[in-house]
Amino acid sequence: MSEKLSGVIVAHTELAEALLAAVRAIVGDDTGLVAVSNRGSGLKELVGRLDEAVAGRPALLFTDMAGGSCAHTAAALARARPELRVVTGVNLAMLLDFVFHRELPLEAAAERAVQTGRTSVGIVAR
Amino acid sequence: MIVLYRIDDRLIHGQVVVGWGQRLGIGFIVLVSDEVRASDWEQDICRMGVPPSIEIVFASVAEAAARLPEWERDRRNGIVLTGDVDTMVTLARAMPGRRSINLGGIHAREGRTERLRYVFLSPDEAAKLQALAADGVEVSAQDVPTARPVPIAELG
Repeated sequence: MSEKLSGVIVAHTELAEALLAAVRAIVGDDTGLVAVSNRGSGLKELVGRLDEAVAGRPALLFTDMAGGSCAHTAAALARARPELRVVTGVNLAMLLDFVFHRELPLEAAAERAVQTGRTSVGIVAR
Repeated sequence: MIVLYRIDDRLIHGQVVVGWGQRLGIGFIVLVSDEVRASDWEQDICRMGVPPSIEIVFASVAEAAARLPEWERDRRNGIVLTGDVDTMVTLARAMPGRRSINLGGIHAREGRTERLRYVFLSPDEAAKLQALAADGVEVSAQDVPTARPVPIAELG
């Protein structure tokens, strides 16, 4: 069986750690996820930090906002790395679903994450 | 006209597009970088998430030095952005009369020391910025519009 996917959440200030803490609170510690903050770093430094977090494994990079420095960094790193895919607009529902579908092929996992994330956004019926 | 000259090693990102862009009613951003100017994929990444109402111009340092007067005459409000101190100093020297330069994000790297949470400078970079200030350019650090601008004199 091939290696399960990893997930790296890369987001502004404390957001990635906070999302990871929320995931752990809901499903426990075996998440396959790690958190990276953009705190105190320019693009080049953040690329290095993200590369370290990925550690050569096939992974989805969950970023908070298209156009932010986190997404910029993730896109730059993933460009020459076919085992990485970048998803923007990370949310809790997306991450929770990912934890239970890490055996999916990379592309399918990325598409599933986007679909799950989108479906979870809406207006609650009165 | 150019309403903000900013040094930020994260280039085009949330603070620039949303934080300053919304507040200043920005119509265009000029990113001055020889590296990005020569790379289609880096330009694509820089465009990601920028609303279509904001034009992005990618310029080499030489192109920017030549086109500054044109951008200053533009009816729209614009931001000129560089990723490092040297590039901004070159632009400032190319166009005397510049009023102010914003230090928006210059992060930790070997040889630099911390001046503010988001401003780290080498002695050489600090000296260049202080020289501009001595020539009458207002050089100050301010990450977001609501923060207090900190003059270069206070950054040691």
